[in-house]
Amino acid sequence: MRLRLPSGRTLVLALPFLWLGLFFLAPFLIVAKIALSEGALGIPPYAPLLRWTDEGVLTIVLNLGNLATLVSDSFYIEAYLRSLRVAAISGVLCLLIGYPMAYAIARAPEHRRNLLLMLVVLPFWTSFLLRVMAWIGLLADNGVVNNLLLGLGLVSQPVALLYTDFALYAGIVYCYLPFMVLPLYATLSKLDPVLLEAAADLGARPWRAFLTVTLPLSLPGIIAGFMLVFIPAVGEFVIPELLGGPGAQLIGRVLWTEFFQNRDWPMASALAVVLLLLLVLPIAWFQHVQGKGAR
Amino acid sequence: MTPAPAFRRRRLLRGLAAVLLGLLPLAEARAQAPTLNVFNWTDYIDPAVVERFTRETGIQVRYDVFDSLETLEAKLLAGRSGYDIVVPTNEPSFSRLIAAGALQPIDRARVPNWANLDPALMKQLETSDPGNRHGAIYLWGTIGLAYNVGRVRELAPDAPRDSWRLLFDPAVARRLAPCGIVMMDSQIDVIPSVLRFLGLNVNSTAEADLRRVEQTLMGIRPHIRTFASGGAIELLASGQACLAFTYSGDAIQAADRAREAGRGVEIRYVAPKEGAQLWFDVLAIPRDAPNPAAAHRFIDFLLQPDVMAAITNAVHYPNAVPASKPLVEEAIKNDRNVYPSEEDFARFFTVTAVPQAAERARSRLWARFKAGR
Repeated sequence: MRLRLPSGRTLVLALPFLWLGLFFLAPFLIVAKIALSEGALGIPPYAPLLRWTDEGVLTIVLNLGNLATLVSDSFYIEAYLRSLRVAAISGVLCLLIGYPMAYAIARAPEHRRNLLLMLVVLPFWTSFLLRVMAWIGLLADNGVVNNLLLGLGLVSQPVALLYTDFALYAGIVYCYLPFMVLPLYATLSKLDPVLLEAAADLGARPWRAFLTVTLPLSLPGIIAGFMLVFIPAVGEFVIPELLGGPGAQLIGRVLWTEFFQNRDWPMASALAVVLLLLLVLPIAWFQHVQGKGAR
Repeated sequence: MTPAPAFRRRRLLRGLAAVLLGLLPLAEARAQAPTLNVFNWTDYIDPAVVERFTRETGIQVRYDVFDSLETLEAKLLAGRSGYDIVVPTNEPSFSRLIAAGALQPIDRARVPNWANLDPALMKQLETSDPGNRHGAIYLWGTIGLAYNVGRVRELAPDAPRDSWRLLFDPAVARRLAPCGIVMMDSQIDVIPSVLRFLGLNVNSTAEADLRRVEQTLMGIRPHIRTFASGGAIELLASGQACLAFTYSGDAIQAADRAREAGRGVEIRYVAPKEGAQLWFDVLAIPRDAPNPAAAHRFIDFLLQPDVMAAITNAVHYPNAVPASKPLVEEAIKNDRNVYPSEEDFARFFTVTAVPQAAERARSRLWARFKAGR
């Protein structure tokens, strides 16, 4: 028998899988385990799944109650739906603002593109939390925006901007815009200008050429950008907490309440598992469909 | 060519080992100098006191802060928090941590200054910790209302300023809404006070009682400007809010800051006549504290009269060491909101922890209240 050493290709592929297994799958399994256990008063505050009975028999106690509560209680379902809606609207807003930006950067003279891309990424040099806090300074009753409006005599009373849906969307769109612009730029800059010339030669007006040539060809970038905004926005906790109104009970906040306020780790874990499934299943389906289309 | 990678790997390993060995003396040095890990509320000590402790004992203090009981409990319940001293509030956290087995009993033989503690106050704490086995009172206070004297007089001159009605009566709240009402974002502090205002049992878990609480809160919901979790000190002091549900010490700090700013804002605190919740923040030692000996020394150090007086002078919360009172500044000592009179004290109440199911019902109520629907 000859021992065959794994080829270089296998090794290269094994590394990311090892990474995913260690830092994604293992934590997920731990969370899933807690989701299936029962809450208890102690350290840690949940009962073990596996228990030895007095006769030395190993028993498994699975508690499906949390998952049942999740799907039957409208409180959680509403929070999920609200989070999905906020994330979807944020994704669309990012697309509407990010597309022209990415387009302009892709069309800018080559020597200026790097500078423009730098400017898109520049905010990342400051802490995320600090940038969200800065919005409080902008939108507060005695903040920059209201002082400007009052100074110009446009309003007589400060306008309520902070702790509203407006502030929530402003914060999310501001923070996640680069994730939309970068993949869009990547696809748009690869677009062959010859295609547009051909469209013009064939009599298409610029607007028509955009709709029939540029837009369909940039679809992968649109989808990638939308996903990059949508997925983290669903579970977003910091921005709604700092900028959103008290009515915005998003799933991140509900999860926080279960974990910290009710100290119900199993329930919080069940919420997290369902959130993950809600995100992973559509993405897996999308990948599947796209894979078929490519073939 | 085959030996090359192996050789390189060995060199790499040797390099790594050298680096690790280099770190060893550092780790040793750290083990030699004893450290004490303290986890306390934000802005809740006189920093000079901590320096003095290190000077006198040679124990380094690593001082870490939290801003909510939830953060503290989650860390302790996860286990191996690494803290030697924690400062939970008696209810619901302190009693719950005892029940979960997260705190160790304090060895009073190692805390001679325990004798300095006020027996009457320690007796009150026994509702959370029978026999006072797990903690000594650090600071204490009440929960009530802070208001802007000028603005309230202007908008609602006839409103009762010594009653919960100032906030919980919708007719009064409506008139005060334009100058800003701030609610504390804390169900564990607000719900018992509403129960008391309604004349119900403050520990009630009855559905009918909670419904009445919800009705009361919903009645004033449209008049609330914000929910503050980090405290309303800044909002009150700057005049952005004129009425807040808040801790006594926060209200007093806001009044001081308003005076310093000199913009004519006067803040006053009231522990309402229907009854105000009394709370104690307790010095306790986690079960798995890495350095319990230092923790005992720290508690003993804090319970000295001059140390406690310095802390009260800095944060304006009363302590439980009566011998410290002569050393407390006159203005703080004579403030009835810091050191209440006997008759005030009789109206105060303490709460007990509620079961988890009731806790969830209260969380729900609170979520609906915040959402306003």
